[in-house]
This record gives sequence, structure tokens and C-alpha cells, in this order.
Amino acid sequence: MDKHQLLLWLSIALFSMGLLGVVIRRNALVMLMCMELMLNGVNLSLVTFMNQNGQAAGGVLVFLVFVVATAEIAIAIPMVLLLVKQKRTLDVDAYSDLKG
Amino acid sequence: MLVLREPMRVALALITTMMSLGALYGFMGVHFIAAFQVLIYVGAVMVFMVFVIMLLEVREAPGNKRYSGLLVPGGVIFTMMLGVLGISVWRAMGSNSTTAPATSDAFGLTQFSTVFLRDYWLQFELTTVLLVAAIVAALAVIKVHRRASGEGSNG
Repeated sequence: MDKHQLLLWLSIALFSMGLLGVVIRRNALVMLMCMELMLNGVNLSLVTFMNQNGQAAGGVLVFLVFVVATAEIAIAIPMVLLLVKQKRTLDVDAYSDLKG
Repeated sequence: MLVLREPMRVALALITTMMSLGALYGFMGVHFIAAFQVLIYVGAVMVFMVFVIMLLEVREAPGNKRYSGLLVPGGVIFTMMLGVLGISVWRAMGSNSTTAPATSDAFGLTQFSTVFLRDYWLQFELTTVLLVAAIVAALAVIKVHRRASGEGSNG
């Protein structure tokens, strides 16, 4: 079995587990961490393709994903803090009145 | 990560995953990405996350449900996605598994930096715009809350 195939399967498993976590968990912080897991899976696939093709463009994309993840956390954490300050709970079902 | 109840344990599991991925990148020969992974993800993002978990310290009620009502559809979608992507990878990679192994010097920091700043300089500059927008948005979120709480205390 190919090394790249195994790595791609690992990245698929990471991405799917992250997606499953975002869908089924109710804790807002755990959902954020599952999003990070999805980004990590994408990063692993990018590095695998870069390793396979020998081009450095994948590395550039990985760098951009790092920046996007950092910006996402920088925005999401203050929002979670403010939400928790309102209702004193991390359960996202408690904020369903935000739908309007 | 999917079954642990405490957010701190989930964070520790995620940190372990990220460190393992960094080790994997190191073994694959892309050392600068391994360094980025450890420095940015574990050193910045996850430390921030652990800080917030310790800061909030919101105790869940013992009888609180761990999963939302989407457990069954989520599990079905998870299985389908795993199956479809796994089979597609199996077919695509099984046919042309004889690709030439890339030379290890193609992933040095020098080559990466040259390509990054010569061919992809526009994306690099756009990254700075994104970061500035993120900082401004975070400040705006905090400021809106301060204004609202100030009005609340006055009224």
C-alpha cells in the first residue's frame, strides 16, 4: 500500500471526525476545536499532495490555512466569551433565539 | 474528542493530535511546516483555547445531554463521506501509485520562501489584509459589548 494513500486516508478521517464533532456536539468550545481538527485534516492532505508532486505551492496553501485558522480563532473566541457572559452556558441550544 | 465531556480533555486530545501531525510532517521531510504546526497551532491557537477554557469555567449540569439531536444524521453523513472519499482515494491512488518520489531538497525553507515571495506575493499581502480585518472585527465585537453593558448599568 502506498504511503500517500495512507496519509490521505488519515486526512479524510481527521476531516470527517471534525465534521461529525461540529454536527453532533453541543458545547461551543468543543465545536470550535472540531473545526480546528477539520483544518488539520485539510493541511495533512495538502502536505501529502505537495510531497507527491514535488511542488511548493501546497506549502503556500498550508501557510494560508494557518493564517485563516488563527484569524478564525481570534474572532470566534470573543464571540463565545460574550455569549457565555449573557447566559452563563456553553450549550449552543441555549442560543437558538439568535435565529430571530 | 467526540465522546469526552470536559472541554479541557478535548483540548488536550487536540493538542496531542496536532503534535503527532507535526511529527508526521517532520518525518515526511517538510520541516518548516512541522515547525509552523507546533509554533502556531499548539503554541498560539491551542494555548489561547486552553486559556479560555480555564477562564470560563462553566460547569455543565450533570444531567445535560452531550450530543445534539443530529447524532443519527451526523453519523450517517460521517459514514457516507468516509466511504465515498476512501473509495475515491483507493481508486485514484491505486492506479498511479508509481509516481516518482519527490526529491527531499524540494521542500527546504529556501525553496519555499523563494516560491512564496516571488510567485505568491499577492496572496501574502492579502493575508495581512485578512489579519487586519480580523483584529478590527475582534475589537468591534468587544466595543459593542462594552457599549451595551455601559448602557445597561446606566439604565
